[in-house]
Amino acid sequence: MAVWLFILQRGSALVMAPLVLIHIGVMVVAVRNGLSSEEILGRTQGSVFWAAFYGLFVLAAAVHGGIGLRAALAESPLPRPAAGALGLVFALLALWLGGRAVAALVA
Amino acid sequence: MLRPHRRHPLFVFFVLHRVSGLLLALFLPVHFTVLSLAVTDRAALDGFLALTDNALVKLAEMGLVFLLSVHFLGGLRLLALEFLPWRDWQKTLAAAAAAVSAFVALGFLLSAGV
Amino acid sequence: MGKDMLSVEIWRGAAEGAFRRYEVPARQSQTVLDVVTWVQRELDPGLAYRFACRVGMCGSCAMMVNGRPRWTCRSHVDRVAEAGRLEIAPLRNLPVIKDLACDMSGFFDKWDRAEGRFHPTANRENDVAAIDPATPARAAANAGIECINCGICHAACDVVAWNADYLGPAALNRAWTLMMDTRDGAGRERLRAVSGDAGCHACHSHQSCMTYCPNALNPTAAIAGLKRMTVKAALKGEL
Repeated sequence: MAVWLFILQRGSALVMAPLVLIHIGVMVVAVRNGLSSEEILGRTQGSVFWAAFYGLFVLAAAVHGGIGLRAALAESPLPRPAAGALGLVFALLALWLGGRAVAALVA
Repeated sequence: MLRPHRRHPLFVFFVLHRVSGLLLALFLPVHFTVLSLAVTDRAALDGFLALTDNALVKLAEMGLVFLLSVHFLGGLRLLALEFLPWRDWQKTLAAAAAAVSAFVALGFLLSAGV
Repeated sequence: MGKDMLSVEIWRGAAEGAFRRYEVPARQSQTVLDVVTWVQRELDPGLAYRFACRVGMCGSCAMMVNGRPRWTCRSHVDRVAEAGRLEIAPLRNLPVIKDLACDMSGFFDKWDRAEGRFHPTANRENDVAAIDPATPARAAANAGIECINCGICHAACDVVAWNADYLGPAALNRAWTLMMDTRDGAGRERLRAVSGDAGCHACHSHQSCMTYCPNALNPTAAIAGLKRMTVKAALKGEL
């Protein structure tokens, strides 16, 4: 139902609001310290905090992006069911790739 | 350029919001894949990260931060519009959102030592 | 072309057609409706168009003027003409019957589908309803009830253009005023009616509706109200 997608969309946006701010801050610090896999992994490996933080971020982004994509595509010449399917594909792809990335950084 | 009935600021902000959203959606899977290289191919990841010393890449990074800031602040404006008591200073808020986005992006660029 | 002649392009035809150019004498305080009327009377009796009150109360004369939906009787040529040129077309987002007259039935159907109908909970045996105009609900209703169904917001709305089923600003604004009416008894059905794929959640808050409404209504605000109500109802399991 449209209202549930709306709730998930706005809800995931609210969840991501503080996460985005922290992420931008983290990126500024990381870039300043010089980007290398050693630098990054040195901070993230074994960290429960970063696992939880970025795990939540990936989940929220996958949901938000999937529903957003569906909305945008539904207003294109594409048929409606295709818009929904592509949105779902994006969400699943983002969940999988994002989950892998978090695991790669935290394991 | 824009059809006459669309030539007002709030429509422009809609376009910015949608375009930034789509571009971020395109970027995200790429971003995740590169990060996963930390496990599968650390040398390749370091290769990618070394690329970021390039000025053009720094500009692209600034672009990404700008996109994220625009989408984020535009989204906050929408959340305020939809869930808080209706206020008519919409346009001012929208303009402020754009300005802050630009500053954030610039700040990122500067702190990255360009 | 002399400075006292206007160059006016008017849509002739239906879905298929073309703009035809007319030279119209410019007059002081002339409105776009005056221009259309002059063309039909003096140059082209076959031109089809609608009007009624011609004083900005009925909304019948709504058309696209230089790409923007307006009441033509309230559009002074001096204010809307661009370098002495006018382009006049039928309202956007509705099928064209002929020339400047469009088929409004789809617009009214959406009104129906949004449950834009008042459902009474009392009859003449009951006392008159006591409604305090100062209550927030009544104030919200009052802010939206001056809609005269002219179709301008529907023409201005890009979501209507991109999603043919979208109920649109006028129908949703009406639904909201009825949700704010304490006498109405169909709240649950109405919230369901506006919660489909083409319902209030499809609004992206461009606010073109508010920008062009000649009665200074704000359908986007009404739709935001519906979004809040439907979310609350859904979370409570009442939708």
